[in-house]
Amino acid sequence: MNLAALSIAETRKLIASGAVTPLDVCESALKQIEKRDGDVHAFLSVDHDAVRARAKKLTESPEVRSLSLAGVPVAIKDNMCIEGTRTTCGSKILGNYHPPYTATVVERLRDAGAVVIGKTNLDEFAMGSSTENSAFGPSRNPWDTSRAPGGSSGGSAAAVAAGMAAAALGSDTGGSIRQPASFCGVVGMKPTYGRVSRYGLVAFASSLDQIGPFTRSVEDMAIVLNVICGKDARDATSASEAVPDFTQGLDAGVKGLRIGVPFSFLGEHIDASVRASFEALLNALKRDGASVVEIDLPHAKHGLAAYYIIANAEASANLARFDGIRYGHRSSRAKTLDDVYMQTREEGFGREVKRRVLLGTYVLSAGYYDAYYLRAQQVRTLIIRDFASAYAACDVVLLPTAPTPAFKLGEKTEDPILMYLNDIFTIPVNLAGLPGISVPCGLSPDGLPIGAQLIGRAFDETTVLRAAAGIERVSNFRSMAA
Amino acid sequence: MSARYEAVIGLEVHAQLSTRSKMFCGCSAAFGGAPNTHVCPVCLGLPGALPVVNARAIEFAVRLGLATDCAIANRSIFARKNYFYPDCPKDYQISQFDTPLCSDGHLDVEAGAKRIRIKRIHVEEDAGKLLHVENADHSLVDMNRSGVPLVEIVSEPDIRTAREASEYLQKLRSLVRYLEICDGNMEEGSLRCDVNLSIRPEGSEILGVKTEVKNLNSFKQVEQAIEFEFQRQSKVLTEGGRVAQDTLLWDPAKGRASVMRSKEEAHDYRYFPEPDLRVLLVSEATVAGVRGALPELPAAKEARFVSQYRLPAYDAALLTSSRDIAQYYEDVVGAGADPKAASNWVMGEVMAWINERNSNIGVLSQRIAPSTLAEIISLQASGRLSSSAAKSVFTERAKRVEVTIHDQSGGSVSSVEVIVKELGLEQVSDTSAIEADARAVLDENPEEVARYLAGKEQLLQFFVGQLMKRTKGKANPKVATDAIKGLLDSKRAG
Repeated sequence: MNLAALSIAETRKLIASGAVTPLDVCESALKQIEKRDGDVHAFLSVDHDAVRARAKKLTESPEVRSLSLAGVPVAIKDNMCIEGTRTTCGSKILGNYHPPYTATVVERLRDAGAVVIGKTNLDEFAMGSSTENSAFGPSRNPWDTSRAPGGSSGGSAAAVAAGMAAAALGSDTGGSIRQPASFCGVVGMKPTYGRVSRYGLVAFASSLDQIGPFTRSVEDMAIVLNVICGKDARDATSASEAVPDFTQGLDAGVKGLRIGVPFSFLGEHIDASVRASFEALLNALKRDGASVVEIDLPHAKHGLAAYYIIANAEASANLARFDGIRYGHRSSRAKTLDDVYMQTREEGFGREVKRRVLLGTYVLSAGYYDAYYLRAQQVRTLIIRDFASAYAACDVVLLPTAPTPAFKLGEKTEDPILMYLNDIFTIPVNLAGLPGISVPCGLSPDGLPIGAQLIGRAFDETTVLRAAAGIERVSNFRSMAA
Repeated sequence: MSARYEAVIGLEVHAQLSTRSKMFCGCSAAFGGAPNTHVCPVCLGLPGALPVVNARAIEFAVRLGLATDCAIANRSIFARKNYFYPDCPKDYQISQFDTPLCSDGHLDVEAGAKRIRIKRIHVEEDAGKLLHVENADHSLVDMNRSGVPLVEIVSEPDIRTAREASEYLQKLRSLVRYLEICDGNMEEGSLRCDVNLSIRPEGSEILGVKTEVKNLNSFKQVEQAIEFEFQRQSKVLTEGGRVAQDTLLWDPAKGRASVMRSKEEAHDYRYFPEPDLRVLLVSEATVAGVRGALPELPAAKEARFVSQYRLPAYDAALLTSSRDIAQYYEDVVGAGADPKAASNWVMGEVMAWINERNSNIGVLSQRIAPSTLAEIISLQASGRLSSSAAKSVFTERAKRVEVTIHDQSGGSVSSVEVIVKELGLEQVSDTSAIEADARAVLDENPEEVARYLAGKEQLLQFFVGQLMKRTKGKANPKVATDAIKGLLDSKRAG
């Protein structure tokens, strides 16, 4: 039996009763990694000795029965720093970089008893929607290894889907948690911007980045959120809003809930299987007592364009420090200071990263700032207002997470725009800073998972989770690992 | 030739704020330390680390803004200034761009006769320091300074001469010291100045092409650089050339500036709002609190010294150039000394003592407390000490206390009276005693007496001098003069 495939709630019960130990659970996870990761390639590094040492220590600790994540194997996207553990961001440019400090989220998970089982694969610097932009090769979708797991947090999504971890952390800048969650048939949430500390997350686009979990159930999601949310004095953008117990009220159901759907935004470009699944879901929710109201997000269609200006502008500055001077890769061909900068970055960054850094540099340049960056910020403000007026008529917004189920590896790598369109439904949520979740709602005729996305008011994760639990119930989706 | 042109000068001054910790992290902001010991992931710009604003640094900047009559922005925005350089660990500097914390202030020079407008004062972080190793194929970098808080004070181009620039800079230094926000040390780089200069025909209102001169590490270098650049630009225009919009680097050893980069090579800093920080909110209540806690500022103190102590403007300006010296002066007056006499003493002996030792008023006042100086001044006023004897007491007193301070046995500090007695410095005003010595002086110099009586009356000072010498300076000069004059008059009459 694979103990790492149990829900966190079940694991906690078994550990509290003494039936299993953290060491048992982690050995199970390591075994599952051995069995599946050769095909899936979810992990960039797994330190077996460190995992066992930590799990053993927890097993011997008297506190173990009271910790909420005792012995729970958690995978961490490899753009979050852990002291002494190699951190790559899926890039060659960081070389053999071992950070001298640990991200706040990882500290919080450890304080709750979790065991970091390994670091997961991602698109380089979280730039991508398929995990194919990793310098260390793509991850594969556990449901069909000829397909992409989505991205950029594809490794984390695949690890949870394949039962190699009970939960994982990803980061979501434009959909990088929700879209792979949809592709891999797991629950993935991007909390409200500011809910989770970004301290120790290697920044892609600081005003959009948000860390969030992958789990196999909404209840597990709530349990992990309870641990990682809350103000962090080391992140000035983290929010001081009180953190409620997210596990409360999950059973309340969708009865009486007003679910807003921006039908005009769905467009014609969504896959037939996604449309069919989405419509079936709406009917099921109505049967359960929810009301479906049509809302309008008139500026959401400009979200993609605004996003690729704002995110790239911020990235061009955030990635400047990878210059070969202090750490990471340094070109051996460089003769002058300018050479060190240019050759190092030429050799160290992949194509997509270079494309975005160039675009970001361009939109901030003298003479172009107003036409691009400033205009994009104005669009962002309009999208924030769109959502604000929508919430006058509904409690939560429902959209498909992605226009299609998982696509084939290599299918979209030659056309960046086609790839970017994957995130059309998730990007506006980052621009508005709202909480968004992807929860599995069905399978395509090809047997691939399809996700539904719920978007809530800022800091109203509670309603989002309640609605997600409702979808989980009506969908009766069977997790692959279970 | 150069008289046909006038210089139009603006200064950009960077002042390091003397907060305990850095601008965006908890590391020590102290100068020095072994290289790369005051560092953490934030000021090293490590991937994933995030800045958090030091509230104390903001308060310091608000102090300066209020003291220069700036408007304080209730909402101001940090921005990233992008450029690649090895001393800049993130390859961008967190600064402020289109919404600075303070704007539209001024600082007056020439005793209030000239107003230099201050365009803006913004908050930012300092860079690290590169150390260039002789004949090596590499440079070293020390990040202790990285992230130390700075304010940049940008003046309008209201300055016309090197002297004005120097006075503005000195006033600014005095101000940041008054406000206790920066130690003002130019050599250690806690106060740095860049000069923007263009020239135009006198009387013209049109601005010429400006250059920027960097790397100025003293008031003198600022003045020299302005003179140099004014002459250079005048020569270019006189010879029919055009001034290029260059950034120049001052070479203090050669006393000249050379081109560091041309306009074409100028950076496009690509400023944009820093997404890792929220809008900086400074409430009216905070501003009012800072305003209420401001010390009396140099200009106000200077005016008060003139009205309250009836001091000449010169004295008031000099005494108030440092807050500590002004306080010492007021303590001396408070201990009963005559205000003008106290001013002469503080501007004279006290400042000389400090300057000779490169010391400060704090050290001096441990040796000569304000009440001690007041005692010396009153002994002089009452005629018990001549001015030279009073100076000797001052010097001796400073010395003895110095000895006592280093003496661990707990020996007592010698009082002014003890020194006066020990050195036998008390002035003799006893007329009969002085008359006896005066008689002896005249007897020893019969030739001079004859010449005096023949009309060479300037010799009076000669006799007084001889008398002072004979009494070892203890004779009261007025009594001595009267005695000599009386005896000579009686000789003439006799």
